[in-house]
Amino acid sequence: MQEKRRLLLKSVLGFTTVLGAVAAMPKLAMAKWSKAFDIENVDGALGELYGSNEMAASDQIKLKVPEIAENGAVVPVSVKTDLPNVTNISILADKNPQPLAASFIIPEGTAADVSIRIRLGETQVVSAVVESNGKLYTTEQEVKVTIGGCGG
Amino acid sequence: MKVKAKMKKDMAVVKLLAKHPMETGLRKDKKTDKVIPAKYIQELICKHGDKVVFEANFGRAVSKNPYVSFSFAGAKKGDALELSWADNTGETLVVDAVIK
Repeated sequence: MQEKRRLLLKSVLGFTTVLGAVAAMPKLAMAKWSKAFDIENVDGALGELYGSNEMAASDQIKLKVPEIAENGAVVPVSVKTDLPNVTNISILADKNPQPLAASFIIPEGTAADVSIRIRLGETQVVSAVVESNGKLYTTEQEVKVTIGGCGG
Repeated sequence: MKVKAKMKKDMAVVKLLAKHPMETGLRKDKKTDKVIPAKYIQELICKHGDKVVFEANFGRAVSKNPYVSFSFAGAKKGDALELSWADNTGETLVVDAVIK
């Protein structure tokens, strides 16, 4: 009986600790899908997502995206960075109806190296935004689109 | 959802392909000229045990049948992963995978 009570006490304590940890987590760590995806300009989307659109250009972000995309419906994009303590990586396309295409939450232990395929409606600039040590860094590249990705 | 998870040195490399139309809500049906309602994945989560090791949020610009790859530390061969997505219509899918 004594044993069981110990166990119960332990599990109750454990549960409260977990609750505490959840409550203490920053906004992004428990992010639900953000309204930023509905916003129709880059600055607004970044402001909604990160609470700031102040970014510094960085050559430590490797954005891999084709210079010419024959098919705008499927454009492979890879982002990799050596910046320290990366918590979030986002991909934006400035002339798409809603520029924010995807946003990745990177917990500790997960590599700051992600790949995805996105749609581009027309020739435009694709940018990667990386949150490192709580600051935003970016790099961009123009992608020429031969056939747009948004038509039917 | 097709998932391939494999150990590469000390990192688990996960590649996944989610079967989903990813409708933007901007496209029209050519025959009826009616707008096809938006249906796209908004959240995709990968759990290793109780720990969320990866979370992706998508907008409408992610291509049909989304392909995503990422890698994380702290796993070993044989470990189980739980992957799930949820779309804007409330549909969800949960898939289990084993790291090879």
